[in-house]
Amino acid sequence: MDPLDIARWQFAITTVYHFMFVPISIGLSAMVAGYQLAWLRTGNTQWLRLTRFFGKLFLINFAIGVVTGIVQEFQFGMNWSDYSRFVGDVFGAPLAIEGLLAFFLESTFLGLWIFGWDRLPARLHNACMWLVHLGTLFSAYFILAANSWMQHPVGYDYNPETGRAEMTDFAAVMFNKVQLVTFPHVVLAAYMTAAAFVVGIAFWHLRRHQAVDATSEESGMWRKATRTGAWIVLVTGLGVAAVGDVQGKVMTEVQPMKMAAAEALYETEQPASFSLLTIGTPDGEQEKLAITVPRLLSFLATGTTDGEVKGIRELRETYRETYGQDPGATYYSAGDYTPNIPTTYWTFRFMMGLGFLAMGVATWLLWATRRGRAPAGRLLYVAVVLLPFMPLFANSMGWIFTEIGRQPWAVFGLMTTAASVSPGVSATEMLISLVTLTLVYGVLAVVEIRLLLTYIRKGADPVTEADLPSVRTDDDADKPLAFAY
Amino acid sequence: MELTTVWFALIAILWMGYFALEGFDFGVGMLLPVLGRSDRERRVLINTIGPVWDGNEVWLLVAGGATFAAFPEWYATLFSGFYLPLLLILVALIVRGLAFEYRHKRDDATWKSRWDGAIIVGSFVPAFLWGVAFANILRGVRIDADMEYVGGLLELLNPYALLGGAMTLLLFLTHGAVFVSLKTDGPIRHEARALAVRTGVAAAAVTVVFLAWTQLETGTAASLVAFGVAAVALVAGLVALLAGREGWAFLGTFVAIALGVAGLFLALFPDVMPTTLADGTGLTTTNAAATAYTLKIMTVVAAIFTPLVLMYQAWTYWVFRKRIAVHHIPEPVLAGQGS
Repeated sequence: MDPLDIARWQFAITTVYHFMFVPISIGLSAMVAGYQLAWLRTGNTQWLRLTRFFGKLFLINFAIGVVTGIVQEFQFGMNWSDYSRFVGDVFGAPLAIEGLLAFFLESTFLGLWIFGWDRLPARLHNACMWLVHLGTLFSAYFILAANSWMQHPVGYDYNPETGRAEMTDFAAVMFNKVQLVTFPHVVLAAYMTAAAFVVGIAFWHLRRHQAVDATSEESGMWRKATRTGAWIVLVTGLGVAAVGDVQGKVMTEVQPMKMAAAEALYETEQPASFSLLTIGTPDGEQEKLAITVPRLLSFLATGTTDGEVKGIRELRETYRETYGQDPGATYYSAGDYTPNIPTTYWTFRFMMGLGFLAMGVATWLLWATRRGRAPAGRLLYVAVVLLPFMPLFANSMGWIFTEIGRQPWAVFGLMTTAASVSPGVSATEMLISLVTLTLVYGVLAVVEIRLLLTYIRKGADPVTEADLPSVRTDDDADKPLAFAY
Repeated sequence: MELTTVWFALIAILWMGYFALEGFDFGVGMLLPVLGRSDRERRVLINTIGPVWDGNEVWLLVAGGATFAAFPEWYATLFSGFYLPLLLILVALIVRGLAFEYRHKRDDATWKSRWDGAIIVGSFVPAFLWGVAFANILRGVRIDADMEYVGGLLELLNPYALLGGAMTLLLFLTHGAVFVSLKTDGPIRHEARALAVRTGVAAAAVTVVFLAWTQLETGTAASLVAFGVAAVALVAGLVALLAGREGWAFLGTFVAIALGVAGLFLALFPDVMPTTLADGTGLTTTNAAATAYTLKIMTVVAAIFTPLVLMYQAWTYWVFRKRIAVHHIPEPVLAGQGS
């Protein structure tokens, strides 16, 4: 096996896996902090119960996000050393800043939040969770700035003497136009994912409790979580779509091949139609059956209904003139600058489709539960229980689309993926790494899901007077800890 | 001072912080089967580091990120070169980190003993391998003219490196035992103290041999001073422990580890990864560095945020300053829900 293949598989597996947990951490930290704030403001213990219940799920999820993040920090050096040498001057800075600003903030204040229930005044304790959330946002900002630079390198000079890209304008890297649309797209999608997670769980509980007594304390609490969550899914979903629309236009401008690949558009069209689905040859060169919406692709790519969208064949010629004949011999024949079209075509559709489906389910749920209604339908139940998976997989699809769509480049227009891999690491070593990490991640996934299900089933613990947190004084020195591992 | 020197120093400080902080939580992890005989005792041990271990580990991530940004060539050569040992460390850190969070989430003996295993192995492996890795960096390895590591895996397991591994392992073990004696109460505190003295003597012996060897091979006047202070701090810490002064003892092991690491970096400077090949290109603070512009940006960011981080991390230790004893440990969650 080629080390390049193995390194690519490892990056794909570890990154997609890592990003299953990251959006929930980003979104759920805000929601848990919000529940806690609502409890502090209203004194309603339902919010406190939700804080504790979703707080536990948040921690189970966050832990995997953290430990799989360690691999992300080091695998550039391990598997992609030539990439690291080439881009370190630009790409390393946001990574280092991410560690200094985000990781310290998240880990320290999460420790304070977990163990601080009876050590810190209530408002300060709540502030700790908000700071964790702020840490997740910093983290997202800097890592996305690094990724955006790979999509659209700016603020650098190529130094032929050292053979590497050197940063000349830090602000340009931080406020890259790709970054300015990617960050809101990803963060809103993270809120949407976490809210969908909450809604799926809360509605499952709501259904069980309202079957007994729709006016009970329990039903009221799960209803609150269900409806607030569904609103967040809907509103952030609209935001994701709106920002995604702008993002599509920026992408068309800086990576036209990616937009053509999203539609598997071989010939330039004006106006261009968007196909909802296509059945064609495996390489997507010929279509046999397609359901299309006229002019939609023109609108997505250019913002007008009669804009011209360049096709793959024309772009291939343009790229060949700009970048030369050889994009890296391993996957690409001379002059071929085309990513894997079926992958980009379908991931693009699944990303959008799952996102819209989630918004549809959330709308339906809001309608069905309006003004105290307690819907008992089977179909809604199934749809809502499946809701958490929709944004979750939409995220993966989005990332696979944008990363595969950039190929053959690692850094667009500058460095190919084939040239990025570590020359000194053998295929055997890489295979050991790939197999080990895949096995470990696989086992952890099973453990994590079973643990989540146990805690989800268990429900929210009731709060008694004695449970209400109060800051411990020196007289309480012998009391058990409010929370312990 | 040159910015490359500043960043060499900053990276040294990050590793000093990492080893002095995560060193004790590696130690606590390794001591789990020794000091924690009952489940409650093991929970006491884990809870001494519960609120802080993750923050301690971030020092490593920031050291990694800072190396990537300030010395990209070093980051590339080191992590692609020491590939399998690093993979082992990563896997150890993954299972260990998860173990702290997941162990208490089921009241089930099998579940807990598996995670205990993950904590113990996950603490031993990096405690040993970090020493091996740093010794090899100091000693020099085979790096070719393209800055690629061309030595094999077995080459990393030379006597000097193994001694380095033994040193970090024993130091962290001692540091952890001292930390437990400082942070707990009851029988566990006294056992930890007695154990720390025993491992401390072994650690001191190995440390002195390793540091002397290093000093003879690559030492400078500055590294000699750092090594000297480290050795004195270690011995003073052990004496303080015998006198029952656990706080001073912890300061002693903390300073010993931090200054020991400082000495290693001083002995390394201005190299960052020397080569043993005549026609190879060794990495130095100059030829491995990022541009002056990047270093300047990073310096500004570090100057603003590092003091802030130090302040809130110190505050965490203050918030959780109380000792923990067996009677502080609440009943297990999910009691009776084993599976």
